[in-house]
Amino acid sequence: MVGTEQLSSDLRIGSDRKTGEDAARASLRAQVAHLERQLSQIVVAGYPYIHIHADAQPLDATVAGGPRLLTLGELERQRDALVERVRRLRRQSAIRAERERHARALLDEMRLEPGRYRFTRLPVADLGEGGCGVWEVRPRLGLIGMLAGWWQLTLSSGCPLPRARAAARA
Amino acid sequence: MNGAGAGESGGSTVGWCAPEVSETFPELRIVTCEVRLERALSLTGSSPPALKERLRELSNRWAGAQAIMLRSQPVPAAYRVFFRHIGLDPDVQRTPLEEAVMRRLIDGGFLPRGLLEDVLLAALVDTGVAVWALDAGTLDGPLGLRLSSAGERLGRDDAKAPELQAGQLVVADASRALALLFAAPARRHCPRADSRRLALFSLQVPGVSTLHVEEALWSCRTTLQSLAQGL
Repeated sequence: MVGTEQLSSDLRIGSDRKTGEDAARASLRAQVAHLERQLSQIVVAGYPYIHIHADAQPLDATVAGGPRLLTLGELERQRDALVERVRRLRRQSAIRAERERHARALLDEMRLEPGRYRFTRLPVADLGEGGCGVWEVRPRLGLIGMLAGWWQLTLSSGCPLPRARAAARA
Repeated sequence: MNGAGAGESGGSTVGWCAPEVSETFPELRIVTCEVRLERALSLTGSSPPALKERLRELSNRWAGAQAIMLRSQPVPAAYRVFFRHIGLDPDVQRTPLEEAVMRRLIDGGFLPRGLLEDVLLAALVDTGVAVWALDAGTLDGPLGLRLSSAGERLGRDDAKAPELQAGQLVVADASRALALLFAAPARRHCPRADSRRLALFSLQVPGVSTLHVEEALWSCRTTLQSLAQGL
């Protein structure tokens, strides 16, 4: 009788442990899903300046074993690696945002006092904008403007034409 | 296979799933359908002009920005999450749609690679859901999902077939593993140029609606059947 009670108690403990582990794995999977969505949001928001491929080391529990059911430990390691990856990308994103803020402030100053920023060049990419344009403080009317102190802010016409690139390659 | 009748009647069938897999992923499903071609098409031959034109149209929808934004859309995002859940890193081993779009960016378009591949590619790009094809004549019973066992080989039993690690998620029939999840099937079970009976299958993961999966399979089936009818 005692033996039967002991067995049923052991089974109950085993079953509880399995349920607990299943719940833990489900919770970890939910965390991994949440982190993956965060990662995607950062990459999408930071396009084209923040990309994951610069950072693409296979996560600890991945790739080598192919598709499989991950153990609790593997899920934990994957979650931790994802947290680290999200943190790293957030840091990159913050650095990028700070650089853009500085660039915008510089552009405002170049616009207000072009004479103080003679021949200063500021690529639009630094402002977080697409394209190849460059803001530059140049003298109005060339040499005359340079001598007379007539400075203006100009924006270059954009990306080089394909034929110019081809010629440069040749 | 069980799905044969359903395939002929225009429907698709949900395949079996081993208990240890369905316990962990209750929403994971393999959806299959069989396609019988009225006449032999050269499945590996060149696609007809209409299909090539469709690929060209699809190519125009994708540029670098769209390829990146892809990961924030519901269906591709669901596959990315599921990749992580099964131990694959989608930033290293891309999901099928991301792989196709990346190849489109590198090649400058969705280049035709043979009739069957083009049909599957068009469905993938249209719906975001990948479809794989097998030669139904080489299969033993309905398709399902299970874990591989130690020493099991992919596709056949001889020593030349690649050996699987124990516990890998595979698509299988009653007798053998046919493909790792999200990987190309074993060559022996891939449709030949003159195969007349194809088993198409797709993987429905949590977050992807049945509608998307059905549409992907329907798209492949109707395209193949209309080509076989010479329409």
